[in-house]
Amino acid sequence: MRSWEPFEWIVAARFLREGRWQTVFIIGGVAVGVAVIVFMSALLTGLQANFIRRVLTAQAHIQLLPPQEKVRALRGGLPGVVEDAMQQAPLQRLKSIDQWPAVAAQIRALPEVLTVSPSATGSALVIRGEASRAISVVGIDPALYFRIVALPDKIVRGGTRLSANDILIGTDLASDLGLGVGDKLRVTAASGADAVFTVSGIFDLGSKGANQRTTYMALHTAQSLLGLQGGVSSLDVTVADIYGAEDVAQRITALTGVEADSWIKTNAQFFSAVQAQITANTAIRFFVGLSVAFGIASVLFVSVVQKSREIGILRAMGVTRGRILRLFLLQGGLLGLSGSAVGSAIGAAALLLWRQLARGPDGLPLVPVTLDALLFVAALLLASATGVLAAVAPALRAARLDPVVAIRG
Amino acid sequence: MRLEQVRKAFNVGQPAEIEVLHGIDLELGSGEFCAVMGPSGSGKSTLLNIVGLLDRPTSGLLSIGGQETTRLDDAALTRLRGRSIGFVFQYHHLIGAFTALENVMMPMLGDAGFPSRAMGERARELLDSVGLSHRCDNLALNLSGGEQQRVAVARALAMRPAVLLADEPTGNLDNRSADVVFELLRRVNRTQKTAVLFVTHNPALAQRCDRTIEVVDGAIVGSACSPAPMPAALPPG
Repeated sequence: MRSWEPFEWIVAARFLREGRWQTVFIIGGVAVGVAVIVFMSALLTGLQANFIRRVLTAQAHIQLLPPQEKVRALRGGLPGVVEDAMQQAPLQRLKSIDQWPAVAAQIRALPEVLTVSPSATGSALVIRGEASRAISVVGIDPALYFRIVALPDKIVRGGTRLSANDILIGTDLASDLGLGVGDKLRVTAASGADAVFTVSGIFDLGSKGANQRTTYMALHTAQSLLGLQGGVSSLDVTVADIYGAEDVAQRITALTGVEADSWIKTNAQFFSAVQAQITANTAIRFFVGLSVAFGIASVLFVSVVQKSREIGILRAMGVTRGRILRLFLLQGGLLGLSGSAVGSAIGAAALLLWRQLARGPDGLPLVPVTLDALLFVAALLLASATGVLAAVAPALRAARLDPVVAIRG
Repeated sequence: MRLEQVRKAFNVGQPAEIEVLHGIDLELGSGEFCAVMGPSGSGKSTLLNIVGLLDRPTSGLLSIGGQETTRLDDAALTRLRGRSIGFVFQYHHLIGAFTALENVMMPMLGDAGFPSRAMGERARELLDSVGLSHRCDNLALNLSGGEQQRVAVARALAMRPAVLLADEPTGNLDNRSADVVFELLRRVNRTQKTAVLFVTHNPALAQRCDRTIEVVDGAIVGSACSPAPMPAALPPG
């Protein structure tokens, strides 16, 4: 006995040590539960992060677009009477977001917002010799846009230089038109305006369609080509908390009056899949935690029965009900803590093994998993708390034991 | 220690209500060694549980060291019990996970919350006084029956109690061990003026007590005095 060890600690540790195999098996049970939680959590977090990275490295978290053209019904003199009931959907012309620099400044001032990048997007035709392709022109400010879409990482040939006459094209467009870095091509906008550009880089966005259609050029060049002098067709926004994007989008709409769509809204199916995965993971963790709690509780109930004479004697010797209560709560906490320490080690080993073995044909991990220290700390704390909670009922029973009955056995 | 008209009934207010102690009056002075005799089921153990503050009387008064106890709450009773009363049972009830020394330290540890060097010294001194200084570090389970009961006596004395309650402490021992344990209690009683209430079925041991009371059907039916010779002294404490 060391002088810094309280009574409860001394007796709890000795009781657990005395019930050796019982203790070993319940620690084993807790360890398996915690290992499953740690492994699954890290794996699913990696899987989710991978999916989200794939989706969100190619698009903004929030996009602001100019309002849609809407048709208004003509109304006559009588209130509520529509004279012209036939409505034809209006043309959606390419137009700029009104007062976009002011809107961008307002959005940048929001604390949740990381980047605001203006872009001018429209359709055009690219002609080279006798071949032509329909393309989408995206005029960007590289310094801002590359913070949203990591285009430099996707460049396979050339660079990301975007001076007035430079254009970045996809690998499939390059191969369709036989283009290489430094080659020239003519781009004609729907308005009839055209210009000759030099291919400064070729990128691979990982999708044939995107590689055939998407092209990037400097913002002011695109503005001229698309007839949007000084204007932008969208503002791309990134936020710190990707899951809070919809809330921020609604705040932006309320603040600026411009319609803002979050990635959650535009990728509703994907987002609900992610949410379903989170829910399933949470449910699995909850039920594994519950079974761990039941395991600890049952072992402690057995221990209370086994130790009832000792408890009675301790009570006869003047040990208070509070001390007996704490003694069993501590046992629950110790079982949770020890089990989670072993379980965390098993979980970490399984994750390392997974990282080594589960690799794709390219040699890269199928799912990039990271050993997050926070996950292990959380597992230790949660398992200990679960142990303490699971011990409440047996501890109360022990504390309420009538010493006379307990001693008599 | 004084009991006045102490009654104890079980299943109070129910058809199966049964009174097992009927108005017990008893006074035990400092340094008195009193044997309690009586047939099984006569209420001796219930009387001891009430005197030991493990159970509450249904009515009547119980004072220990001048303090009336029947109105104390559980925490106060527990504190008073820990500091004023020592128990020795028929079965030693040592905690098997602890050594002899740790078992003797346990009441002091339970009271203070943290162990101290003084507790260890006190426990060694007590084990020495019961002739078990060489068994300090043995687990309680590894001791013989007589040794375990002597450790239980040492444990009961740890808090220097005013009253020692012994419920047939020699009942499970052979004659020699029973004699050793009885003499031990007698010495404590004489040297430290500890009042002892000693439940026994053994008339020979009862005769060696200062006084014998007989309990039959929940009432004290007889009391007799029988002086005993002075034993050798115990160490101070």
